[in-house]
Amino acid sequence: MAGAIVNLSEATFDEEVGASSEPVLVDFWAEWCGPCKMIAPILEEIAAEQAGSIRIAKVNVDEAPDLARRFEVMSIPTLILFDNGVPAKRMVGAKGKPQLLEELAEYL
Amino acid sequence: MTHHEVVIIGSGPAGLTAAIYSARANLAPLVIEGEPSSNSDQPGGQLMLTTDVENYPGFPDGVMGPQLMADMRSQATRFGAELVTLKVSKVDFSARPFAIWIGDPDAHVPAYTADSVIVSTGARSVMLGLEAEQRLIGHGLSTCATCDGFFFRDQEIAVVGGGDSALEEAGFLTKFASKVTLVHRRDALRASKIMQQRAFDNPRIEFAWNTAVVDVVGDTKVEALALRDTITGEERDLPVTGVFIAIGHRPNTDLFVGQLDMDDAGYLITGSDRSTTNIEGVFACGDVQDHTYRQAVTAAGSGCMAAIDAERWLESRCD
Repeated sequence: MAGAIVNLSEATFDEEVGASSEPVLVDFWAEWCGPCKMIAPILEEIAAEQAGSIRIAKVNVDEAPDLARRFEVMSIPTLILFDNGVPAKRMVGAKGKPQLLEELAEYL
Repeated sequence: MTHHEVVIIGSGPAGLTAAIYSARANLAPLVIEGEPSSNSDQPGGQLMLTTDVENYPGFPDGVMGPQLMADMRSQATRFGAELVTLKVSKVDFSARPFAIWIGDPDAHVPAYTADSVIVSTGARSVMLGLEAEQRLIGHGLSTCATCDGFFFRDQEIAVVGGGDSALEEAGFLTKFASKVTLVHRRDALRASKIMQQRAFDNPRIEFAWNTAVVDVVGDTKVEALALRDTITGEERDLPVTGVFIAIGHRPNTDLFVGQLDMDDAGYLITGSDRSTTNIEGVFACGDVQDHTYRQAVTAAGSGCMAAIDAERWLESRCD
């Protein structure tokens, strides 16, 4: 479905992110993180509105701690934008929608 | 542009209590609750970054901070308060109705106008002001223990500060870290006695007394804290992989400089035993005007005062 957010696991990460024709914004999050929950609806809106420009995916750091380690995530939410499978931009901490869109502007 | 009789700026315990009271007075308040962030300047305020709240009356077993705020929020909406997840960029209290901008502060037309405004923007945690902080935030330096404690399992970390929030963070972090060193400038803590006793009894918490932070060491991630003994002047490095800062708070009053009276520390000045400010029709409540108590329950109490003061003022204008 266009604009749907996929959950990535250690098994699916490389295929989903590496093979994507569009940039993928990956949200590293966890159930116990308040600011992560607060930006979740914003990311859903962006995923729906920007379908075709970028994709949004999530990594639950509780379930995929190796992915968090691999990308040196030590604070959540951390958002990493992968362009052609390579980390191109990193944003640490929750932000409002206008700020997020501004940070992502060059990819939209 | 929409007009409201009451606009509440901020959505911690003060703002949401003001919203509950104003909504029940049929004033259909608008709450501009702020935008998400990873510090306490966010919807729900400082309690969004805490875990167990044990001193809010009515919860004998304690309550999770984010849950308490979610409940206050739904209580406010139940009675007709409208909440928007936006951040105010400018206010103009010099003309009536009062004008409030969102986004571009130079926009010709404000986003909202209001007959009365209740300011409950709260306070945000203070950083050390070191250049290293910007570089290392998210790389071992954190503003949110509940978010990031997980990443420091079996590691040695430090908490800087000596108040209740520092001790709460230190205690929470011992669930993950093998050792937490509490770095404090003085030889005694400001925290409440019960929090102090818990920290002293916790075998994973060590104390570095009379100790100031000189720098956070590390190029791409935190490697150590550079410390100085405030009595002997001796300097040393404390090897840690994580640093959590809890040295205090500063009121969120930048928006109101030049319009509302504030003290030297930036706290809004309110009338004695009232929520009134120097501008008739603008009221203030919660931590933005309280540097003495700073509790969720005192914030809620002052939010109630502000709502009642605003309601009476609006009524008096109609006479």
